[in-house]
Amino acid sequence: MLQLTRTDWLTLVVMLALLILPPVFLWTGNEFYLLLATRLVILAIAAVSLNLVLGYGGLVSFGHAAYIGIGAYAVGIPVYHETYGGFEAVAGYGAGIHILLAVVISAIFALFTGAISLRTKGVYFIMITMAFGMMAYYFFLSIDEYGGDDGLVIDIRSEIPPLNLDNPLQLFMIAYVSLVIAMIVVKTIVNSRFGMVLQGAKGNNERMVTMGYNTYFYKLTAYVISGAMCGYAGALLGNFTTFVSPDMMGWSRSGELMFMVILGGATTAIGPVMGAAGFILLEEFLSSYTIFWHLPFGLILIAVVLFARGGLVGLIKGKGK
Amino acid sequence: MAALLEITSLRKSFGGVTATDDVNLKVEKGELHAIIGPNGAGKTTLISQLSGALRPDSGSIVFQGENITNRPAYSRARLGITRSFQITSLIMSMTVLDNVALAIQARDKHSFRFLKPARDIEYLREEGRELLAQFGLDGRADEPTVALSHGEHRQIEIAVALASKAELMLLDEPMAGLGPTESTTMIEFLKDLKGKRTILLIEHDMDAVFALADRISVLVYGHIIATGTPDEIRSNDDVRHAYLGEE
Repeated sequence: MLQLTRTDWLTLVVMLALLILPPVFLWTGNEFYLLLATRLVILAIAAVSLNLVLGYGGLVSFGHAAYIGIGAYAVGIPVYHETYGGFEAVAGYGAGIHILLAVVISAIFALFTGAISLRTKGVYFIMITMAFGMMAYYFFLSIDEYGGDDGLVIDIRSEIPPLNLDNPLQLFMIAYVSLVIAMIVVKTIVNSRFGMVLQGAKGNNERMVTMGYNTYFYKLTAYVISGAMCGYAGALLGNFTTFVSPDMMGWSRSGELMFMVILGGATTAIGPVMGAAGFILLEEFLSSYTIFWHLPFGLILIAVVLFARGGLVGLIKGKGK
Repeated sequence: MAALLEITSLRKSFGGVTATDDVNLKVEKGELHAIIGPNGAGKTTLISQLSGALRPDSGSIVFQGENITNRPAYSRARLGITRSFQITSLIMSMTVLDNVALAIQARDKHSFRFLKPARDIEYLREEGRELLAQFGLDGRADEPTVALSHGEHRQIEIAVALASKAELMLLDEPMAGLGPTESTTMIEFLKDLKGKRTILLIEHDMDAVFALADRISVLVYGHIIATGTPDEIRSNDDVRHAYLGEE
């Protein structure tokens, strides 16, 4: 008989609500909430991928928004060239090429920046990942052809027949299925032998090295996987907003992703999803009341971090298993 | 036959303090070699250079005929050198069994295995439980490590070192902070282990050292002033003067 823990139940309930509620909103004439949910789910994928390194690896990456940007530009740039000519090698409307570019370029960026960043620890790691993130930000900012500061409008969404991403419900369902897969992938990795080494290195790196693990390569591998998954989320986000700008990859965006993970509760599968949900819904709710919504928003976030150890998941599941 | 471990002219200083001063030492395969010395003599610094946590300023370390002076710590572990820590160094957030299982898993060529759940892998869990059973800790295998007592942590520390099946075990004060009963248990355990592995033991507990060691080296201010059997050390005038005190 399958024994479900409280966290399992929480995961089930949250994921079911996330699956059922948005279409219901659409059918009752509130399409806006479906769109809100789509953004939420896409950012949840990014948060889940960040959690692999932040929650399980103890690597506080302050530059993960860069991968979202890379992923979104991996949609925007091929579409731009297919429409206006030039750069034949990447031009195209197909989702396959977009996702491939998003994942591969993100992985390569993660490999190079991770190889350098992981030589540092603690605060230095945070700062150097942030610096690499800003490097990517300024890189796209400086390319006038793709709109520079103004960003790039994505005229046509990725084509993935027989599906149609212009249909908001289909886009939502693709994002939702992607989120479920992302959660399963992360869960499988952290429970594997590789994942045990990663978590061991978070708990006591010196001990792991003394046991004979070259923890550097394990961390780097996790960093690359995380970056690639986050790049995929970026490709979805580009398709959702049909617009990409350097603003999507600024350091404050990276901070938001970190906050989603911590708010929801790191080292659980559902934590980053709940964090993303809490973040997006709170932002939406508060900003509808006052334009000064950042203040109560910040205060609530501080309160959660201070008083709810283990984030929202910890708050709900309490002391029990 | 060449010694298992051969240390030649090892030096290490921190600023103006010379922690290891021209240390020469041979550890033979199968022996239990103890290093004693007053506080601050550089015993832990020496162990750290052997395990690879610290790099010596000069000198060489040869293990099984191979110069390992510049090898990183993880690579020495793979060659067959393991250590325990004076200050318990375990992965506190994981369970007791996870700690031991990770040490067993470290014997595999690599751990880039992403699919099968690690806690379902029989040989890691079974061998881990057997090891813990030797310390009577099998009943607590699934508890978070942080929940166990100091004495139990010291035992897990040894279990983790054992799990690696390393030829050379560097044990840094395994008895540190143990009560009398726990100490006796630990001494019995080490006695049992003697001969099966090569052990370089650092220990403050003189009764334990003289009961266990085949040979003893005395380290004072980073320098080895004498090496010999327990009887030789006991009757050595320099040692009595520098370490055991005038009696």
